[in-house]
Amino acid sequence: MFAAFMLHAWLVATMVAIVGGAVGFFVVARRAAFAAHALPLGAFPGAAAASLLGVNELLGLALFSGVGVIAITQLQRGERREVASALWLAFALALGVLLLSLSGAYAQSLYGLLFGEVLGISRTQVFGIALLSALTLALLALLARPLLLESLSGDLAAAAFGRARSLEGAFLLIVALSTAMAVPVVGALLVFSLMVGPASAARAYTNRPWRALLLSVLLSMAVVWSAIALTYLTDWPVGFFVGALSAMCYVAGRRRSLLAGAGS
Amino acid sequence: MSRSPALSVEGACVALGARLVLRDVTFALEPGEFCALIGSNGSGKTTLLRAILGFVPLAAGEIRLEGAAGAPDPIGYVPQKLALDPALPLRARDVVALGLDGARLGISWPSKARNAEVDRMLRAVGAEGFAEQRIGLLSGGQQQRVLVAHALVRRPRLLLLDEPLANLDVRSTAEIVALLRRLSREYGAAVLLSAHDMNPLLSAMDRIVYLANGAAVAGRPEEVVRTEVLSSLYGYHVDVVRVHGRVVVVAAEAGEQIHEAVARDPVHTASVP
Repeated sequence: MFAAFMLHAWLVATMVAIVGGAVGFFVVARRAAFAAHALPLGAFPGAAAASLLGVNELLGLALFSGVGVIAITQLQRGERREVASALWLAFALALGVLLLSLSGAYAQSLYGLLFGEVLGISRTQVFGIALLSALTLALLALLARPLLLESLSGDLAAAAFGRARSLEGAFLLIVALSTAMAVPVVGALLVFSLMVGPASAARAYTNRPWRALLLSVLLSMAVVWSAIALTYLTDWPVGFFVGALSAMCYVAGRRRSLLAGAGS
Repeated sequence: MSRSPALSVEGACVALGARLVLRDVTFALEPGEFCALIGSNGSGKTTLLRAILGFVPLAAGEIRLEGAAGAPDPIGYVPQKLALDPALPLRARDVVALGLDGARLGISWPSKARNAEVDRMLRAVGAEGFAEQRIGLLSGGQQQRVLVAHALVRRPRLLLLDEPLANLDVRSTAEIVALLRRLSREYGAAVLLSAHDMNPLLSAMDRIVYLANGAAVAGRPEEVVRTEVLSSLYGYHVDVVRVHGRVVVVAAEAGEQIHEAVARDPVHTASVP
């Protein structure tokens, strides 16, 4: 038993780290950190609804992440992304409260959704998460260059694509997919830290974009693996270690950029 | 004129909301021609460039690019005042590489041919000395060079630059103008460059499109930059004055608005009203 659940935890956490680190690189480059916070947190009522209806949690998370993408991109027309993200976040949380009160779910399961429950991953969840990881990484690989160009300048990208259409919707969809898979593991509140911490740190250590992406993935894996090991040793919540280690990555990166005059 | 123009704009009108921003703009550019798009702030320069790029629809008229029958040739574009993020891990060389294949799907594998092309372009704009540095940490003049390389690396027939000389010091301005002049000849690309001051461009430009209140006159500089032509464009009398090798356009009956503009910046007054 011990071996099985630990193996599941390591497998899933590694997948979450790879996807989080890779998606995080673009989240930071595109300055979309707040949207990356609003999407996972806004997906949590999906999980509450799923438990109310007795269906797979991952399905509810994916569905609500998708709805979040549509809501944010639609609200974004004429408004700024921050405003759209904040509106969606507030509405989704309100809905989450309602669904939780209707379902009468235990506080324990709410806690797991918000802060993660890496040691309680089932075999079916492993398959679901593997599938979502593969899909997210494939989409990211497909759009890597256009996304990078667009993070340099939307106008340059539009001229290169031959039309004034942005990749924002496709990008938020990628964030939503990675969110749906990561929420059960590291929790809705902390997905954000895993996406932003390692990616911000990585760009202080290299000037090369794809190297920064790779470094972001490696740092993210280091954070998650350390967090699991520390959770196992201390029995403290895994979310605490993920959040704290990600923040430490960020601080270390900032210190380096300041010392090196914004990196060399 | 046996060659087909690189760009032809015929009776172009653009409306933003209820306001007509461009009215009946007509001009054409030959390959290799260097054209200045001159006008004060709000005269419609950026809108015209965005209309050529296809970002804003035309209310009337037509804009044709060379080879528009099949796949239109790509347009090289350098947008207005890019605020490049100094924290973005992207070297000057990466920006040029993105000009080559930034719109393509899938992962880019390292390629010698691609690197050689990027190196050649970096040398052509004189950016080889800072090719490995982050784009966001370069000076304004250096960034312009890299962005020109980004725009030219696919050898477009048309290069559009929106206020590339804004915020450059005198020396960088002269260097960028000379660079663009040379590259437009070498690459056979028509260059359309917007600016509010025509003076740095006087020696370089083959052609000028002068915009005021959404209307335009176009032609050779000596045909356009004349008292009667510009007066007719503005709809009131302006004088074209040449002093110390500079051209200054001043309104004869100075309204308050013009006084203000002159007082704020008495030196570059190429298009005061």
